[in-house]
Amino acid sequence: MAIIRDGMAPFDLYQPTSIEDALSLANRLGADAWVLAGGLDSLERFKDRIKRPKAVIDLGNIDELRGVRREGEDLVIGSMTTLTEVSLHPEIRARFALLAEAAGEVASPQIRNQGTIGGNISQDTRCWYYRGGWDCYRAGGGTCYAGESLEGQNREHAIFGAEGCVAVTPSDTAPALVALEARLVIRNAGGRREVAVDDYFVGPGSDITRLNVLKAGDLLTEIRLPATWAGATFYFEKVHDRPVWDFPLVNIATAMHLSGERIDRSRFVLGAVAARPWRLPRVEAAVAGSLRNAVADSASRIAAEGAVPLKNNGYKMALARNLVKRAILGKRES
Amino acid sequence: MDTFTVENIRPGGMTRRQFIKSVIAAGAVSSSGLLFSGPAGAGPKTSPGAVERLITLAVNGQQRRVDVMPQETLAQTLRGKLGLTGLKIGCDRGECGACTVLVDDVPMYACSILTHSVRGKNILTIEGLARPDGGLHPLQQGVLDEQGFQCGYCAPGFLMATLGYLKTNPDPTRQELAHGVSGNICRCQDYDKILTALMRGAEYMRKG
Ligand SMILES: Cc1cc2nc3c(=O)[nH]c(=O)nc-3n(C[C@H](O)[C@H](O)[C@H](O)COP(=O)(O)OP(=O)(O)OC[C@H]3O[C@@H](n4cnc5c(N)ncnc54)[C@H](O)[C@@H]3O)c2cc1C
Ligand code: SF4
Repeated sequence: MAIIRDGMAPFDLYQPTSIEDALSLANRLGADAWVLAGGLDSLERFKDRIKRPKAVIDLGNIDELRGVRREGEDLVIGSMTTLTEVSLHPEIRARFALLAEAAGEVASPQIRNQGTIGGNISQDTRCWYYRGGWDCYRAGGGTCYAGESLEGQNREHAIFGAEGCVAVTPSDTAPALVALEARLVIRNAGGRREVAVDDYFVGPGSDITRLNVLKAGDLLTEIRLPATWAGATFYFEKVHDRPVWDFPLVNIATAMHLSGERIDRSRFVLGAVAARPWRLPRVEAAVAGSLRNAVADSASRIAAEGAVPLKNNGYKMALARNLVKRAILGKRES
Repeated sequence: MDTFTVENIRPGGMTRRQFIKSVIAAGAVSSSGLLFSGPAGAGPKTSPGAVERLITLAVNGQQRRVDVMPQETLAQTLRGKLGLTGLKIGCDRGECGACTVLVDDVPMYACSILTHSVRGKNILTIEGLARPDGGLHPLQQGVLDEQGFQCGYCAPGFLMATLGYLKTNPDPTRQELAHGVSGNICRCQDYDKILTALMRGAEYMRKG
């Protein structure tokens, strides 16, 4: 529960107007600095005094980080483009409707007006023990209150890929970007690197304290969508307690290339079931070359294979199966 | 214009005279993009950052000079320093919508945005709706005619969210408007009447 205090602890605020300036500031300030995009994930944690950065670098005045443009076959989305812009952009809607739909399902209109695509995929987990300042593994401590305590409340937590920490990615757009095989451009004072979206997100097995590869000094500048899945058959669905505001209990983003009703190639990605967007390679393999109707039942049955449910979240396995079935059939009622 | 911008706010406990002196003395800003710093970076006595804390905000068509801390939210500035208490702070976490204002015509939660992030933008609060002669904005008139709200705490946020939404879709269906204002909560659960009232207001706006 949020406790309303007088305000945030003080910090120095920097508002660079170019990527170059932001990079040199980030380099100079190092681990003392917090990168601020829309601020909707960040300010809450500053208010709760869970994070107390010495300095904040606000990217809001850097025009080159905003907007959508075509570069050859790639569609390039600036990291500071708002979720509203992503959900309404004509070319995203025409070629990558999956992403437009996912962005349009985030939180509420006001949050989409201010929250950015870069921030949405880089936001931290919502596990309330961690957000509440408990000294758990993810916070550098020695236990997991959600998973290891007998009283742990873990209805929203992971069924896949947990190692110590059972927190999940809360993002609606991340699974869509994984399905679309996006590439992410990360820059720091040392240069520029392009990371496949599959390598952007990290699970607790490789680093229990972070959900993505961004390090101090790094800026996420671009999200690049290759033509690979442009115009494919897409499916996005988010299951949540309330139609507005609520984070996904489970969401699914899929892309399929079809010949008629036959599935040639596909990407199936679940969100909110693991620390990172969770691909289902076995489902992808099972549906390859089959007719949608013929394979829906058998492929959905293996959707939750390998899942390790906690005390309160076994229902996520059923959701995963049903969502996979609906995605294969391309309809909400199945 | 109000009078309590600089007068009431003395960074670092300085007197107003000292503060103005430091403003004059602080001179040019060197680092790229550095606009101001709060107590974390500046020493307790000298407060060179104070220079840039004094900013001009465009609120309801007026230019307002105000001293803003780096970590201050727009809701804090508008309510606490500019006396615009129409917007409410319900949750202070972007979860209720009572603090909604328009920033360059776009509805945003004033509790969850830094004031310094909206420098140079046009801010519209509920106080900016009525005409200078006190005549109501058509949206307000619609709400009045339909008696849309019970306690009214959420009303300013709902009206601003509606106004912003109508800029993108002036003639919405009831369903569309419901989606447009879905980022606002009414604790009285009076949504049906609120929607009726907002639809009436939208109709008055179209008639001009
Ligand atoms: C009430 C509420 C409900 C929500 N519901 C949902 C929901 O249903 N689904 C959903 O997906 N999200 C939801 N969100 C999350 C919201 O969409 C995110 O807070 C938002 O997208 C984060 O984006 P931002 O631009 O505000 O990021 P910020 O808060 O500014 O940043 C988030 C994190 O990413 C880092 N970061 C951001 N951009 C960059 C960059 N370019 N380079 C390097 N680091 C960067 C920041 O340092 C920070 O750690 C909700 C948030 C709230 C407050
Ligand atoms: S699930 Fe992860 S974040 Fe939550 S209490 Fe356990 S270790 Fe901490």
